[in-house]
Formats: sequence, structure tokens, C-alpha cells
Amino acid sequence: MSVDIRLASSRGKGADLYHGEDPGNIVTPGDVITADTGFMRGHGTYMEEDCLHASVAGTVERVNKLVSVRPPKTRYNGEIGDVVIGRVIELALRRWRVETHSRMDSVLMLSSVNLPGGELRRRSEEDEKMMRSYLKEGDLISAEVQNVMSDGCLSLHTRSLKYGKLGQGTLVQVSPSLVLRRKTHFHNLPVGASIILGNNGFIWLSPTQDEQDGDTGGYQTNLQPVSHSDREVIARLRNCVLALADRQMLLFDTSILHAYEASMKHTVKELLKPEVIADVVDLVRQRMELEGS
Amino acid sequence: MAGMELLSDQGFRMDGRKSNELRRIRFKKGVFNQADGSAYLEQGNTKVLAAVYGPHEIRGSKSKALHDRVLINCQYSMATFSTQDRKRRPRGDRKSQEMTSHLKQTFDAVVLTELYPKTQLDIYVEVLQSDGGNYCASVNAATLALMDAGIPMKDYVIACAGSFTRETPIIDINHLEESSGGAEVIMAILPRCDQIVFLEMNSRLHEDHLSAVMDHVMAGCKDIFNVLNQQVREELVRRTVQDSLVDSG
Repeated sequence: MSVDIRLASSRGKGADLYHGEDPGNIVTPGDVITADTGFMRGHGTYMEEDCLHASVAGTVERVNKLVSVRPPKTRYNGEIGDVVIGRVIELALRRWRVETHSRMDSVLMLSSVNLPGGELRRRSEEDEKMMRSYLKEGDLISAEVQNVMSDGCLSLHTRSLKYGKLGQGTLVQVSPSLVLRRKTHFHNLPVGASIILGNNGFIWLSPTQDEQDGDTGGYQTNLQPVSHSDREVIARLRNCVLALADRQMLLFDTSILHAYEASMKHTVKELLKPEVIADVVDLVRQRMELEGS
Repeated sequence: MAGMELLSDQGFRMDGRKSNELRRIRFKKGVFNQADGSAYLEQGNTKVLAAVYGPHEIRGSKSKALHDRVLINCQYSMATFSTQDRKRRPRGDRKSQEMTSHLKQTFDAVVLTELYPKTQLDIYVEVLQSDGGNYCASVNAATLALMDAGIPMKDYVIACAGSFTRETPIIDINHLEESSGGAEVIMAILPRCDQIVFLEMNSRLHEDHLSAVMDHVMAGCKDIFNVLNQQVREELVRRTVQDSLVDSG
């Protein structure tokens, strides 16, 4: 067994793109953004003495009259329609409590899930007693945000066959701001794995499933052993996602596939080393710049 | 006794600083992956780690929840190896409990608590090496950790300690100056609104000198603020420049 040892000083810093210029839209808490009263107060700002102040450190963003400040790192702020991945932590009356890295536990109501077998009917007392057999504590689910309550608590639903309980796979947690909002967050990658990019920064990697088991509603987990090659693909994807997140690259299907391709010359294990991460991410960045222009 | 003077005839202190000179400040934000925000801060030989978790669902009994604002939960602790004599420090000792409640008061005043009702915000501070000004370094580190977590605050909170010797106010005092028996004035301020969030004085100081010491400590706080703010801004700029290149690409 070989052990890899390096000094902290030999760790590369990566490409430094900073040349001392100030983009002018950077604020820190307490900074006055504007003294003009014609603006609306958005997230990350507060009003005092007729001036708009920043309350977080980040970049100022303006949409018409609305001024807000976006910090580089926050907890997940849910919006209706977001795809999220969460873990069931508690069963309560007619609902499951789900941890989604939001500031409060999210709620999945019994009335907003598809029952096994796709039945559409009123939820009876029997269903309430059966709740733990559908989803129990510790289960991972994918869901959509149905509603955001006034206190910021998210209400979820799984009323579509693409949502529901997750079976075998790997969960990766990254910062929610790194997941790009797109039309679709479910991808069957051509390399032989599926990925769900949760808006809350939870990313689910799993072997690609055949379509035929759709009618179970996702409550029966497929416990067939996953082949070694599939597992290696998933492990490589996981390390690619972590590498991109480490360098604050936005995550979406293209960037992850680029990273996967760029990583092929290294072994899966090597992808955890800082210098390999820098190498792979630089290649991805170059390729994105080339294809974008 | 010449070597033991807090302020020499030439106006230098025992560690070679002038009366209104700060110790070297170095910090790093985001030192932990698991926490929502974290910071490591050195002020001279005082070294502090701060971690912020939350806002998240109330842990423990739900009855602690406040229906109109976030519950701030602080924990201050000192490492066994942080002082000259190695000593096991149980977490609940009186000194650290007092420090904990001071930290809680300070951050209750500055975090925009009403934005996150019925949730909890944990601030953990650990002193790794203690050389005077533990409260000050803890406050400054926790401010940076809160900023790293993206928690809305009215302003930075900056704390600084001061003392008075040979008719001269001195600021950012170290352990020797702290334990020499002179008065100690500790202040936490909001540097841009000139508001005092926390003020503490140990032992006696003549009334005539109080305002002079307070003025100097306040100036010291603003100096610390400038040092911190400059680096925080620079890190943000670095990051946005990188992001904008990726976006345009």
C-alpha cells in the first residue's frame, strides 16, 4: 500500500486571475448601496436613515428597481418548482419531515405523494398507518417544491413518476449556489449513469434505470447488485462533481460531462488530489470558454 | 525593574509596539467544509477558530423557539493547551459561561434576527492560543464566520481592548499588559455607525481618563475593521472576477 504525503506549501494555488481591479459591485455588511429612495429593498439589504445598506458580503444585483445582494455561500432558499433531494428525518401526522439543507425542515404531506400503484383517491386512515412502509426515516427522496410558507418552510410534492424514493446510488453535497437553474435537472448521462442535480445542492448519482419499473411509483427499491463498471463510473462522476465544486465551477450536465472526459487520463482515486483537481478544472474551463465563443 | 515597564520612556511597549499600534492580524475564512461558515483568526499570539451553523431547525426542545426571530446559541471554549499551564477546562465553567453570554448579547444586537423566525443559529468559538484579548478575537472571528455563512448583519462587529498606563491609553493589550493589574476596557462597536454594542471595564480607572481610553479603543476597532474589510473585499473581488470569466465563456 502506498501513502501519498505532501507539504501544505507545495499545494498549488491554481491560476490567479485577479489583477487588482475592482468590479465596483462588491459590498460588505454595513456598506451604503445607494442613498436614492427610488429603489426597492431586496434580499441581503436593509433600510436605515433613508439609505439602502448591504447586510451580507457579496455582489450587488439589480433587476429594474429591485436591489439585492447575493453572498457567495448561503443555505438553500427554496423557490416554487425547484427540484430538491432530501432525507426523511421524521414522521409526523399525515406528513414526513425532510431535511433539504434549507433553514427549516421541509414538509412532504401524505396528500402530495403518489401512492404506490399510482392510485388516485382520498387518503384514508389506512394510508396514514402505512406511511412508514412508503417512506421511513433515513430514506432519500427527490421531490419538487410545491409551496414556500411565510416562515420559509418548504412544502414538497412527489406527484410525478420521476420523483419519489431514491434507491442505490451516491449522494454528493455541494453549495446550493453552484447548481445552475435549468429546464431539466434529471439527466441520463451518455457515460452510463443518471444524475439528479437538486437545486438545494444535493446531487444524486445512480446507475441508469430501465424505464419499465415506472409503474411502482418508486417505492420498491431495486436491490440488484450494481456492476463494478457502473460503480466506477459513479465514483468518477462523484469525484468530478467534488472537483468542480472545489473550484467554484457551476454544475450542470455539460460541465460535469466535460470534467468526466477530462478526468479519463487519471484514475478515480487520483481525482481527489489538489493538483489533479486543478488540472481537470482548468481543462473544463478552457473547453467551456472555447465552446461558448 | 526597568524591563518590566508597560511603556518605556521612548513610548514603546514591552513587545515593541507603540501605544496605539495593533498586533498583526491574519485570518482565513471558510476553514471548515461541514459548517455553514467558519473563520480562523490570529491577533498576535491569540489564535481563535469560529464556526457558524444555521439558521436551522431548533435542536432539542422546540419550546426554545422564538416566534419572531432567530435563536442565537453561542458556545465559547478554550483548548487545554491554550494557556501557559496545561489545564483541562470543562465547558460549563463560570468564565466561559460568562463569555458565552457576552457573545450572545453582542451578536443578538447585530444579526438581523427577525428575518429567520423559529430557527436557530449556532456560533461556536474555540480559543486555540490565548495571549490576551480573547473576547475581542472571538468577536472578530465570529463576525468573519457569520459573513462567510452569508448571515445578514447590520454591520461588522469589531472588538478591541485597551488599558491605561503612564498617563497614556494603550490598545489591543496582550496577556502581560492584561495581567499587570491596570484597568482593562473592552469594547465592541459597529465601526460604520459608531455604535457601541458591548462595553466592559475590569478594575478601576479614573473618570477623567475613561473617555480618552474609549476614544483610543474605538480608533483601534476602526483600524481592525479596515484590515479585515480590505481582505474580505479582496477575496470577494477575486472570486467575482473568476466567475465573470466563466460566465462569459
